[in-house]
Order: sequence, then structure tokens, then C-alpha cells
Amino acid sequence: MKYPYFPGCTLYTKAKKLDDAGRECSLKLGFELDELKDWTCCGATFPLVNDQHITMSGPTRILADTKDQGNDKLVTLCSVCFNVLKRTNHVMLNDEERRSKVTDFIERDYHGEVEVLHYLQLLRDEIGFDVLKEKVVKPLEGLKVACYYGCLLLRPVKEIGLDSMEDPTIFEDFIRALGGEPIEFPYKVECCGAFQAVHSMDTATRCSREILNSAKNCGADLVITTCPLCQFNLDDRQPEIQKSDPGFSSIPVVYFTQLLALALDLSAEELGFERNLIDPLPLLKEKGVIA
Amino acid sequence: MGELVELTGLKDGEPVTCVAVFGDHSDFENVPVDRRVMVIGAGITGITSAIDLGNAGYQVMMVDRLPSVGGRMLQLSETFPTLDCAQCTLTPRTVESGQHPNVLLKTSCEIEELKGEPGDYTVRLRQKVTYVDWNKCTGCGTCIQKCPSKGIALFERDAGRMTAIYTLSPQAVPNKPVIDPDRCRFLTRGKCGVCAKACPVDAIDYKQEESFFEAQVGAIIVATGFDIYDWKNKMPEYGGGKVPDVIDGLTFERYLSASGPTAGEIVRPSDGKLVKDIVFIQCVGSRNPEFHKAYCSRVCCMYTAKHARLYKHKVHDGQVYIFYIDIRSTGKGYEQFIQQSVSEEEIIYIRGRAAKLYRDGEKIIVNGADTLTGKNIEIAADMVVLAAAMVPNEGARELADMLGINCNDDGFFVEDNYKLSPIETGQQGIYLAGCCQGIKDIADSAAQGSAASSKAQVFLSSVRRQKQEAV
Amino acid sequence: MEKKLGVFVCWCGSNIAGSVDVDKAVEEAKKLDGVVHAENYMYMCSDPGQQLVKDTIAEKGLDGVVVACCSPRMHENTFRKAAGSVGMNSYLVEIANIREQCSWVHQNNKPVATAKAVSIIEGTLDKVKENLPLETITIDLTKRVCVVGGGIAGIMSALDLANADYDVAIIERDPAIGGHMAQISQTFPYFHNIPELLQKKIDEVNAHSRIKVYVNSEVEVLDGYVGNFNVTIKTRPAFVDPAKCTACGKCLEVCPVSVADEFNRGLSQRGAIFRYNQMENARIPVLEQSDCLHFVDVEDAEMDAGASVRCQACVEACPEDAIDLGTIRKLNEEFVGAIVMATGYDLYSPAKMPEYGAGKIPDVIDALAFERLLDPTGPTKGQVLRPSDGQVPKKVVFIQCVGSRDPERHKAYCSRACCMYTAKQARLYRQQVEDGTAYVSYMDIRSDSRDFEEFVQKGMEEENLVYIRGRVAKVIQENGFLRVFTSDTLSSRQLEIEADLVVLAMAMEPKTGIRDLAKKMNVTIDGDAFLSETHIKLYPVESSTKGVYLAGCGQSPKDITDTVSQALATAGKIQTMFSNETLIADPLIAEVFSDVCSGCGICIDICPYGARLMNDFTRISDVNQAVCQGCGACMAACPNKACELINSTSRQFVRMIGDFAGKAEAV
Repeated sequence: MKYPYFPGCTLYTKAKKLDDAGRECSLKLGFELDELKDWTCCGATFPLVNDQHITMSGPTRILADTKDQGNDKLVTLCSVCFNVLKRTNHVMLNDEERRSKVTDFIERDYHGEVEVLHYLQLLRDEIGFDVLKEKVVKPLEGLKVACYYGCLLLRPVKEIGLDSMEDPTIFEDFIRALGGEPIEFPYKVECCGAFQAVHSMDTATRCSREILNSAKNCGADLVITTCPLCQFNLDDRQPEIQKSDPGFSSIPVVYFTQLLALALDLSAEELGFERNLIDPLPLLKEKGVIA
Repeated sequence: MGELVELTGLKDGEPVTCVAVFGDHSDFENVPVDRRVMVIGAGITGITSAIDLGNAGYQVMMVDRLPSVGGRMLQLSETFPTLDCAQCTLTPRTVESGQHPNVLLKTSCEIEELKGEPGDYTVRLRQKVTYVDWNKCTGCGTCIQKCPSKGIALFERDAGRMTAIYTLSPQAVPNKPVIDPDRCRFLTRGKCGVCAKACPVDAIDYKQEESFFEAQVGAIIVATGFDIYDWKNKMPEYGGGKVPDVIDGLTFERYLSASGPTAGEIVRPSDGKLVKDIVFIQCVGSRNPEFHKAYCSRVCCMYTAKHARLYKHKVHDGQVYIFYIDIRSTGKGYEQFIQQSVSEEEIIYIRGRAAKLYRDGEKIIVNGADTLTGKNIEIAADMVVLAAAMVPNEGARELADMLGINCNDDGFFVEDNYKLSPIETGQQGIYLAGCCQGIKDIADSAAQGSAASSKAQVFLSSVRRQKQEAV
Repeated sequence: MEKKLGVFVCWCGSNIAGSVDVDKAVEEAKKLDGVVHAENYMYMCSDPGQQLVKDTIAEKGLDGVVVACCSPRMHENTFRKAAGSVGMNSYLVEIANIREQCSWVHQNNKPVATAKAVSIIEGTLDKVKENLPLETITIDLTKRVCVVGGGIAGIMSALDLANADYDVAIIERDPAIGGHMAQISQTFPYFHNIPELLQKKIDEVNAHSRIKVYVNSEVEVLDGYVGNFNVTIKTRPAFVDPAKCTACGKCLEVCPVSVADEFNRGLSQRGAIFRYNQMENARIPVLEQSDCLHFVDVEDAEMDAGASVRCQACVEACPEDAIDLGTIRKLNEEFVGAIVMATGYDLYSPAKMPEYGAGKIPDVIDALAFERLLDPTGPTKGQVLRPSDGQVPKKVVFIQCVGSRDPERHKAYCSRACCMYTAKQARLYRQQVEDGTAYVSYMDIRSDSRDFEEFVQKGMEEENLVYIRGRVAKVIQENGFLRVFTSDTLSSRQLEIEADLVVLAMAMEPKTGIRDLAKKMNVTIDGDAFLSETHIKLYPVESSTKGVYLAGCGQSPKDITDTVSQALATAGKIQTMFSNETLIADPLIAEVFSDVCSGCGICIDICPYGARLMNDFTRISDVNQAVCQGCGACMAACPNKACELINSTSRQFVRMIGDFAGKAEAV
């Protein structure tokens, strides 16, 4: 089974290993991510700019390409790409006026025919977490995982509709399927402030600190994310947090495909852990997840 | 029509006169006292009680000090949240109360004294001077057409003009005119008499004197309603009535009304120009324990939203600003009404009190604060509408004393128990309904009117049962 | 013989005369066939206007009248009565609506409006020509009442009706009457003791010879119509014989089941056999079948073929032999003339608010649960204690508008009572915990009745309640305390409050099952499933079905005072209805031509009022005169034209349409 796949810029460059992990895992799980031809950046700006139309031309073109290449689905790994593509498609389906404005401008014929799926959603709805559970080779036993959703994977709930925006469970169910122990922590759907990192580093640091502290207070060994940007931000802010708060102890933040790959017994060396600022390997060794 | 009714239970030597009779009501004195109820106040509340009781076979005497029934609701243009025409909703009921074989209207009357005991009260009433013999008058209206003396109209809240001989509204029930002695040329200057000459049935009586009569009833329902706070004399910060084009909400109702003085056009009283910028100020005199009234007048939030929407329906490019403290839209469909006002009608709500207003050339400058942004704001308006506090009607306290009802400091009548006996007073057989007990909207007032009719029926049926048992 | 017709055109001030040339209308009307008199007047509904109509009828011997004025909903009755008073058959009077359907929609085009008015008058005249003189229909009246719901609304309505000497049956779904009011400790704004007030009323009900109470009961079927309802009542077994039970409480001790007590909002546990609440009238325990092991085990037990495995603990413990687990449900019937729907409310479930813990954080409770904490007979004996650890909370955050005023995600409406009960709860908390802090998160403070504003002010000024204007974004539990994230919209700051207890003023919604019940009772509901009144101002307690009245929160959220007023109003309306020996109905209903009817039954399915019934003997479809509302659905549906509306026949309508269409072309 092949699924058309949109990697997005981050996972194609800086976070290539995370993308690789996703692709490798898919093969293990019996499907293939088939990279879309001639894809471009999604723009990553849907929620940020005031222009209601021009920002949608990029993602609409991607969706139209997907359709023209004979597909009715498009899978993403990155939460931001997912958010942008899904919401653009929502407009294409439900707002005739805006749709025609955009498609007239890019001279394409598109009416929202493509279903945008997040990789997690694909696992849940197309593959099934029960199937995933059966395919796990090395269950993440004893690993207490804080599942951090961030803001873009779930909101706005009426347009995304992946799960409840306040009390989602998909990520926890995923970890359970991997044999790990998801912990409940109240900050799981708060924003990590990554978007503010350039404009106001303090905000990004404060948001990250609250999320990480909350996860640790609730007993997490590590935090996983669905978004490469969240992963980077939560990871990279920790030295800064430590400066202002000497009592702060660091916690590894990993991407969900990295954990998935470990559970499916892919080599830890290929998963880009060297790029994690807070090295998760000692913890993973201690917990027996890797040798 | 206009048959003279003799009342039972009169003291010896009292003059037996009863002039303000409307319709064919010969039954009032023919039923026992435990089948008679008096309703004081003929607004929507009193009318609801009276018709309910009349339909239940009780004889009802409905008393009002004004010359015709309908109360405040008749002055309203449309009602929230459905935007139904108030007159259209009410006039079928005023007409019904006038035609009802079991309802006897006693307008231009006031209560003088209460005697007797629960189940057998004797109420002494004063028939005010109308200068028109209603037994003769056919309501043809010729006198009104001919009267040369014009002045401000009570019913129109000073917004329109009327003659010295008048009915409150064209649909008045009873449709019999009265003369305002302060404006009548004959009564003030001794010259004129045009109405007397014009009257085809010789009903004008400049020498009429007030009279008294008594009515014996088993139970009494008090529904004396509300008045508007005297902001003109008590609120100089809002112009004290001296800044033109600053009016209160009830007056604005008359401007909105298709049958009002401007036939529904929203123009400035000062120069007749169309109003383009309009400011509504809520809680004028309400929620102000230090200087005015501590209580909330309950209906202002909703009628102001209604005013704003009706204004927008008439002046599409007009801009509405509403100063509010809290928006109180608690009834069925009310919250949705407000939501729609904000989202669809583009009405600007400003949370804060307006500090003062003054005239600057053509415009009225309103100074206020927006407490959500913490900024002071200034709006140049063509018209300002004040949602002035509602207070018990004048004379409510005296009436309460007469009837033995408790009053609170604000003059509202106090019920027996706020939760479970909201209708009962300390006096058996005397019941409260409507705004005299606390400000409420039409729906709640009408419900209380029916509730009072239940209480009166239950009480009188127990009186009858006791009598039977005694026999 | 041709009828002598009169036409009366009303100006309605400028409402009609502003856009219809009323003189021209009269002039044109005079030319029409059969018209012997036409004139106009400023307000035809006014007293002289009506007199004009009456005098003309008498003078000219009219036998048909058309009043061209506002909608017939306004003044049809007025003019029919007026005509009736001078001896004319009222049903020979018709209204030609030239206001709503003409002058108001053609405000800027006088010639068109005038021409249209004339054609409306002409059409109406043609209708009157074929109108038959009719007499009203009389319907039998059973002077008994059924009250659905034994909360305070039902109780107050029943008491007034019983005191007026009518028999009343109260149907209560729960094991005892009292409703939500029994869960509440004190009132606003006067801090009256509710159990005391309520107990008095309950005692009155129980002692009243004219009131019969069915607890554990629901309406199974409703048949009949105004004046003649037949209510079938299903009563769940309580299993305890109140005549034998001494309320010793031994059964309560031995029951092995422990489930959350609904009455205490889950703050305490109860057995499968339990006292429903602490009120005197709930002294006798009841057994909830769905919780009881005896019944839960029943299938297994049957398979084992040994009855002894079924739990019998309570039966064995009872010294009076009062418990009989073999009791079965009962059906009763009540014949009544009127019904009061006092079905009340439920609180919206906190489980629907994941941002406030989705009902999973033990120290986030709803407002009724807080009332249970305040009740001296409640699970904490009236002490405000945290459910999680029994400690006295030092900081309590009260959140208002939870689920209310949120059209996007929850309920659009305001639940009306929350602002005041929250202020009351916060004040009672502060009176009890002197060093405690109470925060109230609000959007608008709605203290809009007499002494309400003062009540809230006093709470702020004297009891230091901290009111924060803003919506709480999130409540989380961390390290044993609650963190409440909110914003103060007055200072535009974000706030975080560490709290020990959070109380949610949940939206009030109609009782569960109201949709089914409303269907059974043939009562319409609105989008939020509140029961709909006929007219919010004029008929606030009348439902869409004649003889069925509405009181309390089932109609819309309200406080106890307003609920009681409404309840008494229903009692007033019913007493008024019962003051006559029979009921009178309009004769403008459907009739069946028996020689044409084939008995196909289409009309029976189509009738929205259940007024059409197949006559088993004649095999043609009858009309129940009392139920038929004259809507005309059957007339339209009948394939054989066997059905007509009296005085609104298809022949009349075809003529009217012809008149309208002809004139419209001319314009």
C-alpha cells in the first residue's frame, strides 16, 4: 500500500533523520510513503498572516498536484504542514468564494478532493493501533512518556477534527500501542512558544519551561512531540531555562518517529539522536529500550 | 353602554355615583362578594389577571388612575426578543378587557381607603374629575378635533402634542376623553367652550366634581407597575433634561413607534434632523447605591439592545454606541438576541459608564470610559438615549399603607416569602403582581398576573368553602 | 339568496392609510358584487370603530362583514364578538389582512398597495359569501389535573389546584418529590432556609386529600385531548412496602453495593437500597434495580438454576419483612382535563468541559455538588471540605457561564440563575471559612431582580469576594493543588490562581428524556429542547397543545421565584378553564363527506394533532371535533376530496385566488 507523502522543508533538511525514521517505519508496518513529485514549501503561514488568499496559493497548488498525480490522500509528518494543508483543504471544501479566488489565481482546478492525513492519524485510522501493537518488536516497557501535542495538531478543532482539542488521546493511545506508559500532564495541549522564538525568546523560554516542568512533575521520563519545530524548541530552550532557574533538571525531548523506530527495532544510530541537545540515549539505555 | 351601576356595601349617606362605566356590566353587584375581585392597575399584568378571573366567572373591577387601560406596554413600539409590535399584541387584550362581560373598568379612579377583612373588603374609591360625562359621551372624538388648546402629550412622553381634551391614545379603552384642567382654556381663563359646543350629545361638564364610591370585593390584586426615575431633576451629569436631544428610553419608544409623534422616524426633537450617531447609556440611576438606586432595573439591557436594533433597521448607515456595565440578558432567547445585535447589526458595545455629556454646537459630546481598554473615550452624538432606572409608581407607598402591604426602602411592595410566596402579601386576600413588586419584563409580569389570579381564586374558593361549612 | 355585505376599511393610523388610499378602497369596494355598505375609519378596533360596525349591521341588516385591517390573529375575535353582540352570526365576519400582507410590504407604492388591498377585500368578500353561520362546539371537561414533575414548580401548581378543590396527580420520576430544590441549602437574596420552606410544602402535599403522588413514575402514554386526557403512568417498583417499613435502616447497613449517590452529586456513596435524600418524605428506603446484585446476577443465577446465589441481604436483614424483591412495575391511569409540564432541568455535564478537567479532577465540582457541601444534612454535615482529601479549602474559585453563553461549543443561552447562586455560594463559603478567599470568574454579573444587585455588592464589599471579569481558559491539577488560568479583561492581564477547590456553575439544560416526553405529550420544543410556550408575552405558560401548560425550568432556566410564579400561573389558567362545566371550541374544523370518503386513511397519518380516526364501523375517517385545529392538512392530502375545512373550502379558496390573481394582472 502506497500513501502519497508530503515531507515538508524541515523534515527534508535539518530533521532529515526524523523523516527517514518515518519512512523506514512505514515499510516495517507494511505501507510505503510515496513522496509527492515537485512539491514545494507549504508556506507554514496559514495561522500567522492577515492575507486571506495569497498564503493559500502554495498549499492549494500542492493539493492540486496531489490530485492531478492521481491521489485522494496526502500524508504529512510535520504538525505545521498538516495544519496548513488541512485548513487550506477545509477552505477549498467549504468556502466557495475563497476557493474560486485562490484556484483562479493559480489557474488550477481543485475542489478539496484530497484528504490530508497526519502520520499518527494514518496509523490510527488506516493501519490501526492494534495492528501496530502486534508489529512492535521491542515494546517501550517502563518508559514514562509525556505526549506533547502542541497547538497546531489539534486546533482549530472544527477545521482539523483529529481529536478533542482539550482532552485528546490519540498520542497516548499510540504510546500504549508501542508498549510505553503515557503519563497525563496538564500542559499537553499548550503552545510551546516556538513561533515566538525569534520575536521574543523570553516567551518561548517561559512556555517551554512550564511544559517541561509540568511533564516532569507528572513523572515523565521523556517528552515526545509530533512537530519537529516543537521538538527543537523544547529541546533547545533547556540550557536557557537552566540559567534562569538553576533547580531545573533537563529532560529529553524526542520526535515520535524516533520512538516508533526504536519500538520497531530500527537501529538507534540511524535516528539522528546526535542532533538532540539533551541526549536521550542514557535514559533509553537505562530503561532497556536500547542496548 | 354606559349603564349606571349601583354598588352594594355603601355607607349611609354616601353619594351613590358611578360614572366611569364601560360596557354592559350589570352583574358586578349581582354576585356574592366572594366572587368579586378588584384589580388595581390596568397594565399588562392587571389585564392578564382580570381576564383570567373574568373567564373563570369572577366579577372583576379593574381600577386605573389614568383615563384608559393598557399601562406602559401600550407606549412601547416593539418588544424583545421577538420584535413583535407591542400595540398589536396588547390591544386585543385591552379590547377584550373592555368588552368582557365580567370585567368592569374603573378608570380615572384612585383608591382612597380599605376597610373590612379578607374575603370581604370594602374599598373606597375616588372618581377623578374628567369634565366629560362618560354616560353621555359616545367617543365620537369631535371635541378632540375642535379643541384649540395644544400642548405636550403625556402618552407621547412630551415628544408629541395633544389637545386639552384628549384620550391617551387613538385606541384608548374606554375611548372616552378627559379634559386637562391645567390647559383647558375654559377652565383656566373662563373663555372658549369649543368642546362643549361641538359635542353632539352635550357630554362636556365643566362643573363636574370629584365623587366617591365604594366597592365590596373578596380579594384584591395590586399591579400598579412602574414609573421612570426622575433623571431630569436628579442627574445633572446627563444634562438634567436641559440638553436637547437627550431623552429617556420610554420616550425613544415613542419615536420608534409607527403610531408615535414622528410616525416612526428617528429624528432629533431639537431640529428634526435624522439621527446618524446615537449613544445609548444603560444603568442611568440604576446600580448606583451612592447617589441613586442600588438595584438593577432588569429590563434595560434588553430594551436598549432592541432600541439599537430597531434604530439600525430604520437608519441603515447610522452608528450605535451602547455604554453598559454588565449585559444582562437572562430570559428565553435573550442572550441570542444580544449576540445577534453585536454580530449582525454592528452595534458597538462599550463597557463603562458615561461620565457626563454636554452640548457642543450641533452635537452632544458624551464622555465615558471603556473599562476593557482602560481608555477614556469621547463620542459626538446626534441623540442620546438614557436607560433610566425604573421606580415604583408615584403613590405606591401610600397605597401600600392603605392596603397594609410592606414596602422596601425603594418603595417596592414586599411579598410574604420571596421564593415560595412571591404573590402573597402579609394581608390575606391581597396579592401582588408585576413591576410594583420588583422590576420585571412583560413575560414575567404576565405570568405573575396569572399567578395572582390563581391565588385569588384559591383564596375565594376557600372562603366559600368555609361559609358552606359554617352553614 | 344573495348576502348583504358590509366592508369596513381601517386606517390603523398611518400603518395602513400611509400606503393604501383608504378612500379609494372604499369607493372600489362599493362597486363590488353584494356590497351594500363600505366605509373607512381611523382605528376600526377602537370602541367607536366597533360601534360603527355594530350600528351598520343593525341598520342595514348585513349578513356578511369584511373588516379590512390587520392580521386576523390580532382582531378577528374583536370583530366577531362585536357582530355577535348585535345578533349576527360571528362566523359571517372575516378579516381582510391589508396591513401585514399589503401596506407594510408596499410602503413606497400607494397605487399598487391600494389595488392589492382592493383585491384582498374582494377575495375575502367572496369567501364570506359562501361562509355558513356556525355554532361553537362544546367539549366535555374532566376537572382533574395531572402534574408531570414533583419539583417546586409541580408542587406549587398542585397545591393551588388542590386548594381550589380539584383532584391532582403528581408524577415524579425520582423516588421522592422536592426536585432540585431539595439539594439546595439556602436561598438568595435573603438566605432563607430551604429545607424548612420546602418541607412545609411537601408536608402540605402529602397531607392533602386531593393530591395523589406517584413517585418512581413516568408518563407512559398520553391519549385524548383538552378536557379529556388519559394519562398512563408507569411506576417502577420501589420494592419496599411503606406500610410495613419502620425506616430502621438495617437494610442500608447490609447492602453490599456501593455506588455514587446521585442526590449528593457523587460526593458520597450509597447502596443499591438507600434513602433517596434526607428529607422527611424520603425516610423509607428505595431499591434501585439497576444497581442491585439480586437483579444484576439474575441471568447467571438462572443458568445455575439455584436461586440462592441471588443476593438477598436486605430482605434477610429486614425485621419487618417489608422488602419484596418480586415487586413488579405498575401501570396506572389518570383521567384529567389538564396537564402541567413541570419537568425541570439537569445540569450540563462537567464531562463535556475537558478544559476544566472533564469531570475527572475530584476537586472540580459543579454547583449542585457545592450545595450538597453546604447542606447541614449533606455528606459533610454542611462543612465545605475538598472531596479529594477532606481538607477545608482555603481558596475557592467559582466559575460562571460554564457551558452557557457559548454558542459555538455548548449552549448559546444564559442559564439565568447562576450569577446569583454563585454569589450566594461564595458568600456562604466566606461566612464559614473566615480566612478563605473566594474568587468568582464572570462574564457579566446578572443580578437583575429586586435586592439582587445589593446582594452581590454586599458580597464584594463586606465578604471580600474577588470578582474577576474574564473566562477561565483552563483548570489543571498539579502537585495536589489546582491551577486556574484566566484573564482579567478589565486590566487586560493574564492571571493564574492556585486553588483548593473549583466550583463550576454549569449550564442548565432540559431534563434527560424530555424529547421523548415532549413527543408523547405533543408539545413542541425549541432547538435547545426547552418546551415552547405559545406566546412569550401573552401566553407564557400555555403549550402548543391545548390543555397542556408549562411551568419552571423545563420552559427555560429560571430561579425559584420565577418558577413559582409560573407554576401559580398554570394553576390560575387551569382554574379559569375549570370554571365552566364544558369547554367551547371553534367550529372552523375539518368535515368529512361520508359518501366520498374511501377510508384510505391518508388523513390519519397526516394529521399533526391526532384528530383523525378511522371509524371501525363505517370504515370512513372521522374528525375528533375537540382535537381538530382546522389546519387543513387532511383537506390537502385527501385524494378523493372527501375532506373540507368548514368555511375554508377549496371552492372558497379557488375563488379567492382567482380574485387576487385577476387584480394582480391588472396592476
